[in-house]
Amino acid sequence: MNKDLPRWATAFALPLLNLLSALLVTALVIHLLGESPTESLAILINSAVINPEGLSYTLFYASTFIFTGLAVSIAMEAGLFNIGAEGQMYFAGLGLTLAMLTFDSSLPALFLIPVGMIGAALFGALWAFVPGYLQAKRGSHVVVTTIMFNYIAAALMNTVIVKLVPPGEQNPASRAFAAAAEMPRLNQWFPVLGETPLNISFFLAIIALVIYGVVVSRSAWGFKLRATGLNKHAAHYAGIRISKMIIIVMLISGALAGLGSVNSIMGSTHYLSLNFVGGAGFIGIAIALMGRQHPVGIFLSALLFGSLTQGGFDLSLEKQNIPPETVILVQGLIILFCGAMENLYAPALAKLLKLKK
Amino acid sequence: MTLDDLHIGSILVSTVRNAPVLIFAGMAGLFAERSGVIDIGLEGKILASAFVSAAVAFTTQNPWYGVMAGIVVSMMLASLQAYIAITQKGNQLVAGIAINIAMSGLTFVVAQYIFQQGGRTPDLGQARLFDVVLPGTAAVEGIPFIGWVYAHLIGGHSVLVYMAFALVPLVHWIVYHSRFGLRLRACGENPHAADAAGVSVERQRYMAMLIAGFLCSFSGAYLSIVQSGFFLRDMSAGAGYLALTAMVFGNWRPLYTFMGCLMFGFFGAVQIQIEGVELPGIGRLPGAMIQMVPYVLTVIVLAGLMAKSVAPKSLGIPFVKSR
Repeated sequence: MNKDLPRWATAFALPLLNLLSALLVTALVIHLLGESPTESLAILINSAVINPEGLSYTLFYASTFIFTGLAVSIAMEAGLFNIGAEGQMYFAGLGLTLAMLTFDSSLPALFLIPVGMIGAALFGALWAFVPGYLQAKRGSHVVVTTIMFNYIAAALMNTVIVKLVPPGEQNPASRAFAAAAEMPRLNQWFPVLGETPLNISFFLAIIALVIYGVVVSRSAWGFKLRATGLNKHAAHYAGIRISKMIIIVMLISGALAGLGSVNSIMGSTHYLSLNFVGGAGFIGIAIALMGRQHPVGIFLSALLFGSLTQGGFDLSLEKQNIPPETVILVQGLIILFCGAMENLYAPALAKLLKLKK
Repeated sequence: MTLDDLHIGSILVSTVRNAPVLIFAGMAGLFAERSGVIDIGLEGKILASAFVSAAVAFTTQNPWYGVMAGIVVSMMLASLQAYIAITQKGNQLVAGIAINIAMSGLTFVVAQYIFQQGGRTPDLGQARLFDVVLPGTAAVEGIPFIGWVYAHLIGGHSVLVYMAFALVPLVHWIVYHSRFGLRLRACGENPHAADAAGVSVERQRYMAMLIAGFLCSFSGAYLSIVQSGFFLRDMSAGAGYLALTAMVFGNWRPLYTFMGCLMFGFFGAVQIQIEGVELPGIGRLPGAMIQMVPYVLTVIVLAGLMAKSVAPKSLGIPFVKSR
């Protein structure tokens, strides 16, 4: 952190410059692929923001990304780099689905949604528990173990989903849930949104952001959390039990990543399918770094990635050289510029500000 | 009946064939981390060099041009990592993950752009690196055990396999018996002492990262132009992380790291052999369960050994010359 710079510079100017650099490199890649960056940007904005149905898809994707972004952020606040949101959300989808397959014929909608959320959060937390425990008690680096758990989740779900396929079906997916288990969609109140999967998960995500903000920066526990992240040894000296903190934070992180699956499954497909996560967990890393773990930053970054995902699909239809996978490159670049090189422009900016004085 | 018909024979042969990917990357990681820079970006460098090697080898129909192009790209990525870790003093873990994710996307996009085959390259055909037949193989082939060992276990591999195995004693010598190695270890353990002794820590770390990039490229080239004969999306499948774990297992020492690589190579070989085999009492294991083996093993190795292993003391800490 750069102490010579005013707060507006570190909180807004630097992240913005870093983001612009990442987007500039993307524009260069698009140019090299023989497509026009400005034209692509126009298509992207038109599809993801201006068109109301597109905008609702942007918000739909953002609802999932807010949860994965929160998952990575809260771990980061404690100094843990959780790369495993992808696997945690994937495994959470299983918890949610098992809960739904058991209860969707007996419980009313009012109870089904919380039950699904609990199932997802529980399984997500479970998948983060082992890496958290090993980090706390054995010192195994959480980065490598969570990556391994991503691979393990992928292999495990391959086997499990095949077992959930209803007889006579070919598609590797569970049966569809009863209608009561569907998250209410927003287009029943706002018909302008058109055919959209956008559902009340979006509001749940906003509530989660608010809770996160209050807990992390306004509560005693949040103080302990941040103390652990800033200086483990000092926190330990102050009486915080580091290993307990690590395990609890990883459980919360996994649960948050797991809640991302509620939007993807109960809000959209209504069944568990192979690879339904589709990289949302990794996008969470980019969001946490770009948003500097601040609720407002996470929200804005999630919106950006929501529009990149939505606009990216439409863009790939019109420009065949820009497949939807380009978003993965953008993610990497944003992590690079906003995370690893966050202070790239700090010296130049400090110089500029001094000159003005 | 020859030994080749027995499973143990083919397991040994595929152990030798699986190990080089991990050995090159493991030795690369060893140079980086011994100098004090965490290299979690091995995976991305492997993937990038695998793609570039395959693409150039296919286009020029010469595998060695492919290898060289892979070296260039991998060293460029390593320089970027070095710039972030050493000059920018940024977060080395984040830098590595960024490279891994960016390369996963970029290799697909470029492969799709050039070859239009769903993110893979065409089969390399004649542009693959072929296995060498050692001189005298025909003469000893008839001898029961020795013939098999000479023709299939020792002989009959690609040049890169021999390079990987020859690399291990070389790295051991460099790290423990050369002036460069002494300085390298000093920078990883106590950079301030190295600095006081007149060693440029920054220069030493940059050198280490460039060596890491150079070595890591062979992992990628081996994957695409030796093992499979084409590039496939995300084909490295965690090899970079396995190599890193082998290095932790090997306590950041070349010879033990090599053993770790052989161990992972062995389990990879068993994994392939065990597929479809009726195990007594268990029955046939589903393929997906077997896929998990190396990853579960990595977690177990890390859980069992991390507490005991001794990482370079200044690993991951940017060097600030003075305050």
